[in-house]
Amino acid sequence: MIAFDNVAYSYGGGELLSEISLRLAPGSFHFLTGPSGAGKSTFLKLCYGELLPSAGRITLFDREVRSLSRDDIALTRRRIGMVQQDCQFLDHLPLAANVALPLTVAGKVSVPQDLSDLLGWVGLGQLADALPPSLSGGERQRAALARAIIIGPDVVLADEPTGNLDWEMSLRLLTLLVELNRMGKTVLIATHDLNLIRQAKAQVAARVLRISKRRVQLAGADL
Amino acid sequence: MTLLSLLTPDRKADRQADRVVPPSGHTAWLTSFTAGAMAFLAVFALALSLAAGRLADRWSDALERTATVRLSAPEDQMDLQTKAVLAVLSTTPGIASSRAMTDAEQRDLLKPWFGPDLPVDALPLPRLIEVTESGAGYDGEGLRQRLAAEAPGAVLDDHTRWRRPLAVAAGRLRLLGLLSIALIGTATAAMITLAASAALAANTQVVRVLRQVGARDAYIARAFVRRFTLRAISGAAVGTVLGMIGVALLPSTDTAGSFLTGLGFQGLGWLYPLTLPPLVAVVAFAATRAAAFRKLRELT
Repeated sequence: MIAFDNVAYSYGGGELLSEISLRLAPGSFHFLTGPSGAGKSTFLKLCYGELLPSAGRITLFDREVRSLSRDDIALTRRRIGMVQQDCQFLDHLPLAANVALPLTVAGKVSVPQDLSDLLGWVGLGQLADALPPSLSGGERQRAALARAIIIGPDVVLADEPTGNLDWEMSLRLLTLLVELNRMGKTVLIATHDLNLIRQAKAQVAARVLRISKRRVQLAGADL
Repeated sequence: MTLLSLLTPDRKADRQADRVVPPSGHTAWLTSFTAGAMAFLAVFALALSLAAGRLADRWSDALERTATVRLSAPEDQMDLQTKAVLAVLSTTPGIASSRAMTDAEQRDLLKPWFGPDLPVDALPLPRLIEVTESGAGYDGEGLRQRLAAEAPGAVLDDHTRWRRPLAVAAGRLRLLGLLSIALIGTATAAMITLAASAALAANTQVVRVLRQVGARDAYIARAFVRRFTLRAISGAAVGTVLGMIGVALLPSTDTAGSFLTGLGFQGLGWLYPLTLPPLVAVVAFAATRAAAFRKLRELT
């Protein structure tokens, strides 16, 4: 689904990532760890077509990312649900409209019952009409997850999805991501929360990737 | 994305696209105001251009096919030389008709300058003979030579020295009117472009969110283009109506038919300003679309 072949990414004259080769297989569950500033968010943006590699080759759904037009990248993003660290919404639209936004821009009709079920699944059923600025950090994270998966993507990427959440809420969000993986979705979570990773490995066969010295390596089994 | 499809009112996709852009913003009002003000000015520029055109045509029509023979002669020879001139004119090829103006007619011509109580009989006025050409026209130089031989006091004035500068002046006035409309259109495009760019820049977060969920540039641009085009056409409609009311309230043409009192629309000419709102919509559509795609490329 997503493949990196000897990829490097430079920013501001320096190389942030280098010699990265890996494949995210369908239905796999990966964590991406590393210290702050190591390039986790950059790696996800490369997976998402938001950034282009300085060198090497990235393939998204069997198409080389450099060959994709702007429209192709937009269409590709409909197959990749993204939960970003700073969840951004359209603040003038109610939560339900924000969650349904991927369907709206794709010209698809959102079935009210399905939307209601999804909001209930992430525990936001009572907040369908709330405006995003009135939501807490945890509610925004769960809303972002609901928005990321409403269109039925093949891959879900999450950048520090539990960064602003307490442990109980973090576990709840993790459970949702594990459930998605069991539904066949490929999941990649960037996090530095080792406890979260240990908790996940107890539930699902997750692999842990670590960014160290600009390279992505398979982390040790002790995680 | 075409202008027609954009303005179709019942397109659900457009209504949904409209919603993704925050509804308020000074740029939207700036667009309406600019379009309205520019349309208002364009109505007057159009009226000026059309009036100048009518004036040019009137002057041309009035002077092009006519000439005047001015006869100065001693009083006792005036009638004799008048008959001689008329005889020459009646046998000149290219002249349809000729007649000597009466004292009353000459008095009317001089009235604006000397008043109604002019004692024409007491003044040594020349006799004016009105000449109307036929379609083929006449040989001016040959006629002058014949007049000089038959009536030495007769001078042929074919109005050329009056007609040419008047026609040129009217033509340039018409050109200025059209140039004004073009400048107004360009200024409108520039203002709307600035407003649309500012709106996109102010909505960077909206653009980022839309891109994240897989919106194509055309979708994002459509939301902005539709909003600005509708704002522009509604503003232009108001400005056009106000401008037409202003033109309608101008003093009507008096008997003298001077230029200023003739500044307005006549007959089907009232339909011309109605083309301004659609034209503004086209300008707004093109300007906003270009600005939107350019800005979206910058925001990558």
